[in-house]
Amino acid sequence: MAEHDTTGGRDDLAELVDAAQDGDRAAFDELVRRTYVDTYTLAFRLTSHEEDARDVVQEAYLRAWKAIGRFRGDAQFTTWLYRITANAAYTHVQKRRRQRTVPLDDVHDPAETRLDTSPEIVADSTAGLEELAVALDRLPDTLRQIIVLKDVYGLPHETIAHETGISVAAAKVRLHRARKRLRDLLYDGIDPGRSEHAV
Amino acid sequence: MRCEEIALLLPEAVDANRPVALPVQRHIESCLRCQAELARYRRMLRSLQLLRTQFLEPAPGLLASTLAAIEEASERRAIQSVLTGRRLAYAGAIGGALAAAGATAAAVLVHRARRRAAIAH
Repeated sequence: MAEHDTTGGRDDLAELVDAAQDGDRAAFDELVRRTYVDTYTLAFRLTSHEEDARDVVQEAYLRAWKAIGRFRGDAQFTTWLYRITANAAYTHVQKRRRQRTVPLDDVHDPAETRLDTSPEIVADSTAGLEELAVALDRLPDTLRQIIVLKDVYGLPHETIAHETGISVAAAKVRLHRARKRLRDLLYDGIDPGRSEHAV
Repeated sequence: MRCEEIALLLPEAVDANRPVALPVQRHIESCLRCQAELARYRRMLRSLQLLRTQFLEPAPGLLASTLAAIEEASERRAIQSVLTGRRLAYAGAIGGALAAAGATAAAVLVHRARRRAAIAH
């Protein structure tokens, strides 16, 4: 993992957005250059799969380019892009689920699903972030998407519900389950509900 | 309330802006086990927020392929736009030609009708 500066140049981003809305392709390309690491990080956290994350990034920017004229500027460009990325990731994961079948050998036995970390190390400091990322990877797609969008990226329930095609109530229930499951993975080192289905 | 009941509520109770029911609050204040459990959730949430500052470096080539995909989409859109414009122009031309042909046919018919009437008189 690397530190990456996305905080600088928000005004510059706004200028680029204005230019891109007027059809300036070079300005949009520059927006892509400045934000793609951030977008890729979100896509990877949502999909837990490098190839999928790359596809989601491309799809997100294609959608953004098509819709840039409709961006009203009442939210930051990056937040708008997060929404598009979340929706693209949701669509991609749904499609992937239909296309891919999991061989029986790959299905984990809940009793065998343990993290190789001690609870004391995990989450005591930033040193636990790698373990946290590993634990996030172990969550089912639906639960991981909710917790990443809400607890990592701070999107409101209403936005998450809209972009992932569920109700606000279902989003809240999933967040509750996701936190509980992640807590169990981090501190007890087990995944008690690996075979359960998310809401 | 029992610790097991409180444990079910903690994933929600950990949100700072979420009010906690008084009985739950009282139990946590008097129970070390539940305090420890709440502290775990809080640490987990803080770590999740910290994750936001950690960026993953994509494999080389993602930027180039993304820009190329946008370029391709833009070209497609431009071509579609030109084709749509041409279609409109063709439709306009065809419409104009049909209107002109109709007007000519009407004029010929009127002229013939007048000639027939003149011959009859």
